[in-house]
Amino acid sequence: MSGDSGPIGLLALQGDYAAHARALAARGATTREVRTSGDLDGLAGLVLPGGESTTMLTLMEGSDLAARLVAEIAGGLPVLATCAGVILLAREVRLPPQRSLGVLDVVVERNAYGRQLDSAVVALTVRDPGALGAEALEGVFIRAPRVTSVGDGVAVLATRGDDPVLLRQGMILAATFHPELTPGSPVVDLFVRQVRAAG
Amino acid sequence: MEFQSPEFRVKVGLAEMLKGGVIMDVTDAAQAKIAEDAGAAAVMALERVPADIRAEGGVARMAAIGKIEEIMKLVSIPVMAKCRIGHMAEARVLEALGVDFIDESEVLTPADEENHVWKRDFKVPFVCGCRNIGEALRRIGEGAAMIRTKGEAGSGNIVEAVRHLRAVRREISRLGTLDPAELVPASKELQAPLELVEYVAREGKLPVPNFAAGGVATPADAALCMMLGAESVFVGSGIFKSEDPSRRAAAIVKAVTHWQDPAVVLEASRGLEGAMHGLDIAKLTPEEMLSRRGW
Repeated sequence: MSGDSGPIGLLALQGDYAAHARALAARGATTREVRTSGDLDGLAGLVLPGGESTTMLTLMEGSDLAARLVAEIAGGLPVLATCAGVILLAREVRLPPQRSLGVLDVVVERNAYGRQLDSAVVALTVRDPGALGAEALEGVFIRAPRVTSVGDGVAVLATRGDDPVLLRQGMILAATFHPELTPGSPVVDLFVRQVRAAG
Repeated sequence: MEFQSPEFRVKVGLAEMLKGGVIMDVTDAAQAKIAEDAGAAAVMALERVPADIRAEGGVARMAAIGKIEEIMKLVSIPVMAKCRIGHMAEARVLEALGVDFIDESEVLTPADEENHVWKRDFKVPFVCGCRNIGEALRRIGEGAAMIRTKGEAGSGNIVEAVRHLRAVRREISRLGTLDPAELVPASKELQAPLELVEYVAREGKLPVPNFAAGGVATPADAALCMMLGAESVFVGSGIFKSEDPSRRAAAIVKAVTHWQDPAVVLEASRGLEGAMHGLDIAKLTPEEMLSRRGW
């Protein structure tokens, strides 16, 4: 994968892209930080990390980066979006409303579980062990968004209570939590398998 | 040290999310909004920016609760607030208020000249200042989830931030050259817990994110901090004591993201009005050096 079909890009405008880089390196994948649209050339996959979605949106203004991201994702580039990354991709964002790339058919509410004092490590319910490749899953939630509505083409792989927290739509894998902060997370394993299968 | 406990992991997790961003000092909701719109990753609520604390003197305390609440209501990004060194009651009040991070800060007047807050007992994460690696590891031992090099707050002068960043970087690389037996006297010399000294020697980095602070006034100052190994930057007086807070804030945000690309830092710097006036550090007396507070 890393040799023939290119590195995995990490959107590196702001956020925990370094944690993603460590998680991917542990699985033998090479990565490239993406700050401009030119950095998107020749990627085998793409990570939209956690961080502050408002900051990332501000940093995309005045460049063609957002348009290029949408084109690459629409073209079938395998994507892993975590936390703020899900907010960036969502069809609609609430609390407060903000613009988004609109390629993932979900509605999300920001900071819906509360502030940092409500951040927690939670045991999740795996809805589709076959697709995930694991029976158990830990979720590290940090000022996390909540998915309140899911479109028809979106599969729910795991939930926290009734809330969908791990979703798949085509080549997009979306987690409202942080698999990159759980050593050996099956979510990162699944993403790497998807990238390798696509390459 | 329970680095693997769920409680500590979510504390450090928020610090991870703030990487590559700018945390801006604000004294009211209007400033917080300007900071958020400019792309700040978080805001820091305090009663006066460090330059004003310097100029006006008096005891600098935790910000007024009403002001912090106003800020928390208005912005969607994380809100931090400062407590005085060793003032565990101020820290408990801020935790009860629900701020996202507490900065146990030398910028405020210390409440305890010997002890810092025992931060492991709190659910809210703490950031603390340091001038060198011994100080950083003592704070982490107490439970800090993020470290910032102190620099000299309210000075508009980057020289102390550079000194502290270089000191931390130099000491990290030195520890990497020592054998296990040598780490014991190193721990004694640094007055830092052995297991944390061993972690740094093994991993080549601090166990928690390391940001820079104190004296950042321009986009190039922020880029310089990133070049010296900072993972993010705090900006205090540099924004709201300048002539163009909104544009300067946005420019510093851009410079931190694109610090490796001088063309972008150039573009961000173009057309900015006057930066804050700033102080000559060499003319400050030891008592005037905020970075000497804490041990």
